Amino acid sequence: MRAPASDLPIVFEQASVVVRGVAILERISLSLDPGAPTVVIGPNGAGKTTLFRLAAALIMPTSGRVSWGGKAVTDGRRLAMVFQRPVMLRRSAAANVAYGLTEVARSARPARVQQLLELVGLADLARRPARRLSGGEQQRLALARALARAPEVLFLDEPTASLDPAATKAVEDIVRAVAATGVKVVISTQNLGQARRLAGDLVFMLRGGVHGRAPTEQFFAAPPTPEAAAFLRGDIVI
Amino acid sequence: MSDGASAFDLLFSGDPALLAIVGLSLAVSLAATVLAAVVALPLGAALALVRFPGRGALIVILNALMGLPPVVVGLAAYLLLSRSGPLGFLGILFTPEAMVTAQAVLVLPIIAALTRQTIEDFWVEYRDELTALRVSPARRVATLIWDARFSLFTAVLAGFGRAAAEVGTVMIVGGNIEGFTRVMTTAIALETSKGDLALAIGLGVVLLALIVAVNAIAGGVRRLGEIHAG
Repeated sequence: MRAPASDLPIVFEQASVVVRGVAILERISLSLDPGAPTVVIGPNGAGKTTLFRLAAALIMPTSGRVSWGGKAVTDGRRLAMVFQRPVMLRRSAAANVAYGLTEVARSARPARVQQLLELVGLADLARRPARRLSGGEQQRLALARALARAPEVLFLDEPTASLDPAATKAVEDIVRAVAATGVKVVISTQNLGQARRLAGDLVFMLRGGVHGRAPTEQFFAAPPTPEAAAFLRGDIVI
Repeated sequence: MSDGASAFDLLFSGDPALLAIVGLSLAVSLAATVLAAVVALPLGAALALVRFPGRGALIVILNALMGLPPVVVGLAAYLLLSRSGPLGFLGILFTPEAMVTAQAVLVLPIIAALTRQTIEDFWVEYRDELTALRVSPARRVATLIWDARFSLFTAVLAGFGRAAAEVGTVMIVGGNIEGFTRVMTTAIALETSKGDLALAIGLGVVLLALIVAVNAIAGGVRRLGEIHAG
């Protein structure tokens, strides 16, 4: 059987997204390459979520180009996304994970579900209705459901924005474990501590554009742009 | 049935004629509702999710059909099923099968229209997630129907209520034949026309009680399901 073609690198070339005359993303040029997690930081409204939707092939650019592994189109089968507020299907935690296992033989699904629930620490809650789980548990379950699709790239849109420190740590531990298996993780956050803990490299977004990118240590030691420096200082950057 | 006797007395004394009427009423209405739901649920869900030219007009028509006059449906069914009609070869006019078919036609727009609205509301919540999971259109329909099942239950109950309460359709295509196609609503109409108002009122109260009982049982099942599924 031929191995599926890689969707990496994901390359944006002057990509813009305009909705009802308003530019949400403006002439983005960026490459998401295999390797350590890329963390996208920036204030609310910077365009992080739209960038993720574009990268995950959920929307198309209004102008410019996005390519996946050198191709102008992707079937998206190896791109997975977890939203800031994931929607749990009205069924058990285990059934939510199984829902994502479309490409696994039926007989192998229960074992894979168990494996994924163990990975995210929810094996004991497998039969509980997903909507009765706490916010942190739901976020971890959404991660397991996304991982059920065996993605090559996993986009996490502010996955810990509304979680307490313990739940945040649990999600970060999973992210590290997933990244260690070779999955490219791309995360957006406004939590600079989290960015420092998880990122291999950082992308700073502001007003629909990329305003600086650098490996993590370098980004914090010498911010690539004045706007990035201001954001790191905690200044109000809009 | 004895003239003037209380319908409840007849019911609780096990009067075979009345029990047959009650049983046929329930059977026809339930069968018509199930038949309509099998078509209307996926139809309504597809209408909620699929965009095509003329969709808006179709939704307006579907909503309007919720107010379809039963006698018009009955007349149309009569013309279709009568011996000289295009479906006359079926030979089901003045049978419970004809009553079920005609009632299903009457109920279908109600369930489909309510399903369309319910699924559209659910789609707003689920769109991003199902799109990101690359769920196929057919699976989206199945997923949304399943996840909206408790809300759709109400749509199906509304359809059952309409079927159980209507008289015009079953009168025309059933013929109100004693012991064969007589149901509670046609029996009430008959007793009223004969001047036996006490029995008609009693039958009406029994019919209401049956509808309340079916809804109460369905509501209980729904509540249990919601507790179990979250």
